[in-house]
Amino acid sequence: MITVQADDLVRILPQMVLSAFAILVMVFEPFLPPQRKTLLGWFSLFGVIAAGAATVRTSFSLGLAFGGSVSADRFSLFFVFLFLLIAALVLLGSFNYLEREHINHGEFYALLLMGTVGMCFMAASAELVMIFLGLEISSLATYILAGFKRHDALSNEAALKYFLLGSFATAFFLYGIAFVYGLTGTTNLLALSERLTKASSWSPLACVALILMFVGLAFKVSAVPFHVWTPDVYQGAPAPVTAFLSVGPKAAAFAVFFRVFLGAFASAGSVAFWVIWSSALLTMCLGNLAALLQSNVKRMLAYSAIAHAGYVLVGMAAGPKEGTPTVLFYLTVYALMNVGAFVLVAHLAGTGERWTCIEDYTGLGYERPGVAACLAVFMLSLAGFPTTAGFFAKFYVFRAAIHSHLIGLTLVAVLTSVISVYYYFRLIVVMYMREGKTPACSGPLPWALRVALAVSVVGIFYLGLYPGGFLQLANLAALPLP
Amino acid sequence: MTWLTDYQLTVLTFLPLAGGLIIACLRREALGPIRWISLGASLLSFGLALKVFLEFSPNQPGMQFVEHRPWIASPPISYHLGVDGVSVLLILLTAFLTVLGVLASWVSISSRVKEFFLFLLTLETGMIGVFVSLDLFLFFIFWEAMLIPMYFLIGVWGHERRVYAAIKFLLYTMTGSALMLVGILYLYNLTGTFDYEAIGRQLAGGIAGLSGSAQVWLFLAFFLAFAIKVPLVPFHTWLPDAHVEAPTAGSVILAGVLLKMGTYGMLRFCLPLFPQASREFAPVISILAIVGIIYGALVAMVQPDMKKLVAYSSVAHLGFVVLGIFTFTMSGIEGAIYQMCNHGVSTGALFILVGMLYDRRHTRLIKEFGGLATPLPVYSTFFMIVALSSLGLPMLNGFVGEFLIIVGAFHVRPLFGALAAVGVVLAAVYLLWMYQRVFFGRVTNEKNQNLPDCTGREKIMLAAVVVVILWMGIYPAPFLRRLDLGAAQVIQRIEYSRPYFALKEPVPARERSR
Repeated sequence: MITVQADDLVRILPQMVLSAFAILVMVFEPFLPPQRKTLLGWFSLFGVIAAGAATVRTSFSLGLAFGGSVSADRFSLFFVFLFLLIAALVLLGSFNYLEREHINHGEFYALLLMGTVGMCFMAASAELVMIFLGLEISSLATYILAGFKRHDALSNEAALKYFLLGSFATAFFLYGIAFVYGLTGTTNLLALSERLTKASSWSPLACVALILMFVGLAFKVSAVPFHVWTPDVYQGAPAPVTAFLSVGPKAAAFAVFFRVFLGAFASAGSVAFWVIWSSALLTMCLGNLAALLQSNVKRMLAYSAIAHAGYVLVGMAAGPKEGTPTVLFYLTVYALMNVGAFVLVAHLAGTGERWTCIEDYTGLGYERPGVAACLAVFMLSLAGFPTTAGFFAKFYVFRAAIHSHLIGLTLVAVLTSVISVYYYFRLIVVMYMREGKTPACSGPLPWALRVALAVSVVGIFYLGLYPGGFLQLANLAALPLP
Repeated sequence: MTWLTDYQLTVLTFLPLAGGLIIACLRREALGPIRWISLGASLLSFGLALKVFLEFSPNQPGMQFVEHRPWIASPPISYHLGVDGVSVLLILLTAFLTVLGVLASWVSISSRVKEFFLFLLTLETGMIGVFVSLDLFLFFIFWEAMLIPMYFLIGVWGHERRVYAAIKFLLYTMTGSALMLVGILYLYNLTGTFDYEAIGRQLAGGIAGLSGSAQVWLFLAFFLAFAIKVPLVPFHTWLPDAHVEAPTAGSVILAGVLLKMGTYGMLRFCLPLFPQASREFAPVISILAIVGIIYGALVAMVQPDMKKLVAYSSVAHLGFVVLGIFTFTMSGIEGAIYQMCNHGVSTGALFILVGMLYDRRHTRLIKEFGGLATPLPVYSTFFMIVALSSLGLPMLNGFVGEFLIIVGAFHVRPLFGALAAVGVVLAAVYLLWMYQRVFFGRVTNEKNQNLPDCTGREKIMLAAVVVVILWMGIYPAPFLRRLDLGAAQVIQRIEYSRPYFALKEPVPARERSR
């Protein structure tokens, strides 16, 4: 029987705050008239900020909690802050979207908060079962969110696809856990690492376990060949949800990657390395090549999200010491630019998300200069041009890879990122270089969205000009990992 | 005003950008202020460039006007600026051509004027930044950042096939620079620094870990990026598209400055950092350069479009430059640098002249014209002088550069010199033939009968070009004097490399290239 100490509770304070707000949102929901539901959104945003304050409190009493199943260390705090930032940006971007689509229900906000709770637990777990619980909490919330436009066939398809394939992948992960437990008799990551290291040689069963768990996580980060759900789900899900899906669960799964593969399975050495290496290679090539062929902005960004997962995997292949901080940096930058791009796409798509073709943006640069300039900045950053943060994100990853002598992989990475320039610039071409009147401009930008965009754009330029300080932070965050 | 002398290069680099930011704050309709502020900003930076050029001391070795401050702690990237004789000349050229670009776009750009001048001035900042950076990372940032304004200039204000040309230009250049980025990172991994001078010292001192084959690969990574930019012959296919589709100012800058970045990169990075590999590849590169000279001239000869003719003449002229650089002789390298400036001035002026004709007639086809000397006497005279300078008539600037290069090439291998000299003859053929068809004889097309001659603005612009052409042709000493030490240093590195590699690496060249 585990006795609960006060410290234990402090170490999961952010998760507790978020859960409390999620429950309160559900409680208040029936008492509000339909046109006032946005209040719940603001309330949730307040909850996210409160959770941020709680995280600061947690940072004063770091350590293991609940008998070593949760670990509040700098690594998990980094991710908690990242998830809170993502949640806040998505909330700001979704208020007007939900009203416009007539799906402004309180459940949306509650589910978003619950999804964030799950992700926070994933990043903070020191135990395989705990990881699984976090994974399930966040997955269930996002399955529902993907189908939140109940009357829309595409949205339903997205939810069903995500749910079926997602539960399949989670089952793989669970199966992997079972193997590991059978082999070592523990699910605690620290103990696991010791026992696996002690074992004189890696048994084939351990390799099977490793690969099973890899499959489960690779699904979440949409690494090739477990990416097939991504374009359909990203296209069908409501655009703010896509913004959330494309960065949140992905970052959380990468956090688990670090804890499991670089922590517990560190002794796996070459097996883990080659699995990650080949997955990175395939993901970059396929993501970038398939994105070239897309005519729908959401699908294009979906393949771009796959491609970016490939770059992150390159950073992981570079090894723990060099690669980890660069991956943390990458994930943050990626969150800023991808959420920014998706919430802007959500706004421009108009009622019922009618305008999501690349051609629909024709002439946007002259009708809505500000909006187009923001979108152009996101595209430039995704393509990795200097003075934007996207450049440093890639640069640091490549530097780490070269340092670890992964020259072939780096060459593939730089050349595929040249390919990516083509599809990101297609948006810029239609916005600025084609004459025409864009159908996609529905009213002035709501100011909640403006705040979200301002945060993303300022963040992109700040990290693009002064990345040093934040990289130091990422270095600190990577320290607790073995 | 001490800050102006302390931070001279920073001010020079970012002054155009500041002008651009002022323009960004103006109203879209305020055409007059937008044009005058761009002209003011570009003239001011030209004045400052001239000041730097005059204050540059030809007798002092190494970099001058150095600024060195840390920028990013990890990895150690510093804001390290400085100029030597080569870059100071190219900065002057950049500033001069930007002024011409602003003047050439004065009335011919009528839509989205504000954005046009904003991009043009941003581009100038990027270009000057490339020439003053002494940190590989900083260099790369400017090198990449400069692509965006150029991309927009071609893609928004270009002609019919502008989007295709813009994206082709972007993808070609990015492929090269992606490889260069890997090269830069690999160098960083070996030396632990991005600082150009520190890397140069370490490589010259013979660091551990840089095997012969690694040097070859590094050389190729850098060289390919520069060869695409120059462009050297198999990589030249983006050039005709980009030059022809770009608006006049875009073509002027593209031909005048952007191509020079490739040859500048070879001189600054390939030769001093990888002397042995440069030496090994010199014969192949020289042959490619000669192929470029002859092929470019032959293709230029048969072009029906005047702008395309000028574009292909660039391939030929840049072939001379590359040939000169890879002779590793004093005259070859100095001639190459001089030729870089000549080409910038003459070809830039040719693009302006063709653009002026296009503004009047909305066509550039040679067959549409004939006998223009009668209605356009002033224009024809300017065109003659510029064409003669481009084909290398003695007393005009083109002659000095080409002569020095051919002397250098003869020194290395007489056949190379002879073939290059053929290129000079071919240049005379395509330029004079074009001139003859367009300007001599009777007026063949009714529409050309009443074309207006040069306006005051155009006369000022062209007169400035002619003064430069004459000065550089008659009295090249002030320019060449500043190049002496820089060129000598490059050659010294090449010469010095032989004993060092012979000692360090007894592997025969045949096996090393495997």
